[in-house]
Amino acid sequence: MITAGVDIGSITAKAAVIVDGEVKGTRVDFTGYNAEQAGRRVLDELLKELGMDAQSIDRVVSTGYGRNSVKFADKAITEIICHGTGAHFLNPQVRSIIDVGGQDSKAMVVDSEGRVRDFAMNDKCAAGTGRFLEVMARALEVDLGDFGAKSLKSERPSKISSICTVFAESEVISLISKGEKRENIIAGIHDSVASRISALAKRIGVGEPLMMTGGVAKNMGVVKALENRLKMSIEVLESAQVNGAIGAAVMAARL
Amino acid sequence: MAGEAQEKEKRKMKSAKKMRDIMTNYYIEAKTAGETGKKVAWITSGGPVEPLIAMDVIPVYPENHGAMIGASKMGGELCERAEELGYSGDICSYARSDIGCSLVDGGPIGGLPKPDMLICCNNICGTVLKWYEVQARYYDIPLFIFDTPFCHTEYADEAKKYVRKQIDEYTGFLEGVCGKKFDHDRIKEVGRLSVEGQQLWQEVLDTAMNKPSPMTCFDAFFFLALIVTLRGTQETIDFYRDLLEEMRGRVAEGISAIPNERYRLLWDNLPIWYRIKWLSEKFASHDACLVADTYTSAWCGSLKYMDENNFLDSMAEGYTRIYLNIGVDEMIKIVLEMVDKYDVDGFVMHSNRSCKPYSLGQYDIQRAVQREKGIPSLIIESHMVDERSFSESQTETRIDAFMEMIRQKK
Repeated sequence: MITAGVDIGSITAKAAVIVDGEVKGTRVDFTGYNAEQAGRRVLDELLKELGMDAQSIDRVVSTGYGRNSVKFADKAITEIICHGTGAHFLNPQVRSIIDVGGQDSKAMVVDSEGRVRDFAMNDKCAAGTGRFLEVMARALEVDLGDFGAKSLKSERPSKISSICTVFAESEVISLISKGEKRENIIAGIHDSVASRISALAKRIGVGEPLMMTGGVAKNMGVVKALENRLKMSIEVLESAQVNGAIGAAVMAARL
Repeated sequence: MAGEAQEKEKRKMKSAKKMRDIMTNYYIEAKTAGETGKKVAWITSGGPVEPLIAMDVIPVYPENHGAMIGASKMGGELCERAEELGYSGDICSYARSDIGCSLVDGGPIGGLPKPDMLICCNNICGTVLKWYEVQARYYDIPLFIFDTPFCHTEYADEAKKYVRKQIDEYTGFLEGVCGKKFDHDRIKEVGRLSVEGQQLWQEVLDTAMNKPSPMTCFDAFFFLALIVTLRGTQETIDFYRDLLEEMRGRVAEGISAIPNERYRLLWDNLPIWYRIKWLSEKFASHDACLVADTYTSAWCGSLKYMDENNFLDSMAEGYTRIYLNIGVDEMIKIVLEMVDKYDVDGFVMHSNRSCKPYSLGQYDIQRAVQREKGIPSLIIESHMVDERSFSESQTETRIDAFMEMIRQKK
């Protein structure tokens, strides 16, 4: 059976194709203005890469904030279930998942079958999300991709006390004007994000083995800060950003 | 399509029109009180209204009005008026929209009638004290504050004496404002009608124990208006008798509140007034019926303390021990009982930025429900009237995920 998962996030669109229980390929694109088109495009491009055509796909499940815009999907399933399913598919031992994307962060606890037992999401506030990091990267004039490596060089992380993105940005700007080192500011930003996420993760009682997924998992600075806060080790796979799409493709096979 | 329309018609509640008519007449009477010579008192939703009825004073509830403002999606605009005066956006949206409405006579009914007096009971929150003081200054009218000590676990003797004494002060206050003696015979009759009204309301809510349920909590939010505004009157009793009969009839005929009840849920906290329809359709699309809630049952939750043969004394205890004036451990007991009574599969909590006393302790209640009953729960963050703070896509994802989780579990 050939299935596909399409995950339309607030910043990026992801696709995954699974053939007979094996991930054949994945792809990440920007979502842009039109969620439906983004879904179509990212899947088409992936199929082109894999030398497959759309007709060969048996079923598609969409997920993410744009899940209901993907009209060609057979079913829309929330990213909470898809991330749980994806993580369990890639490592059946996993019992907790922290997923941090562009506009929200969430923690999930799954059972031995990968079924979500409980979840918590950030409140309606950008703190603790990828968007928060993007705003800070712009203020610091640092490429977001370099954030992780830079923060690991920090000797003395700055203290960012405000949880509001706008106020935190002014804190960052005032630290810049005081001549504080970029590394320290970035490490402070990561700790601020980690404190938000760890609070909601603790609320539902996450435990090991713990996996982190979503785009922000690519940032080793956030992962380390979270490990320190939670006093747990966190597994991050290469496929962290496309985990939701993989989970959607797995769900598609079960429809 | 014809079948669908027929289905919808069958599910429609016949009593809804009657209630709209009663409420319309009630507001017309209140708004024309100046011409009929009757006095109008504004009173908090959990306040002891019976002495007002006994004195022929028309009680008006800014909170009921707030619900109407919210349901008409006019909350944000009126809250802005209050914010322009300097009131913080963190203040209760009932208070903000009421203060805003007083300035512009806006909202769905062009504002409330000008009050002759204000009755403020702090058994529901502390905000009402400042809110009613503001309004007392604005309208330059007398304010009576009925102070109910918080009951962490019990109703101590000191509290009992303290509250009972205030009932005499309250009736004395009414004698002064109304210029006539308090009618002690009449209050006995009003008390009897109030207790009977509350009993009937409880019986109406109890019909949701049936599977499938003939009503949802969204229906209860609507039908609640009478027990809030007109308890202590014969009209309320007549109405709830008819409503009870309609609900029992629906049960007998197998008419369910939603087309396909597969999951039963319990709601906590005030409604999100401007999203009632959206929420009820959203849950119904998942075959989930919100069968009961902690909010509407608060208007019959004190029945165990009420004695119609000794109304004024027992009223003191009943009004002090309402759901919002007790400790979290007591609340947990009530919620756990409701989980069993209505046999629910999940718990939906509205974390209401407007209502701090209702929202404080929700995480503890949530944990207790999960621990004791093993059912999943969901927290939705919002404001009950201020629609500017609602995020549809965020709420939708949480509800969808919650329902997927329940489905996987069941």
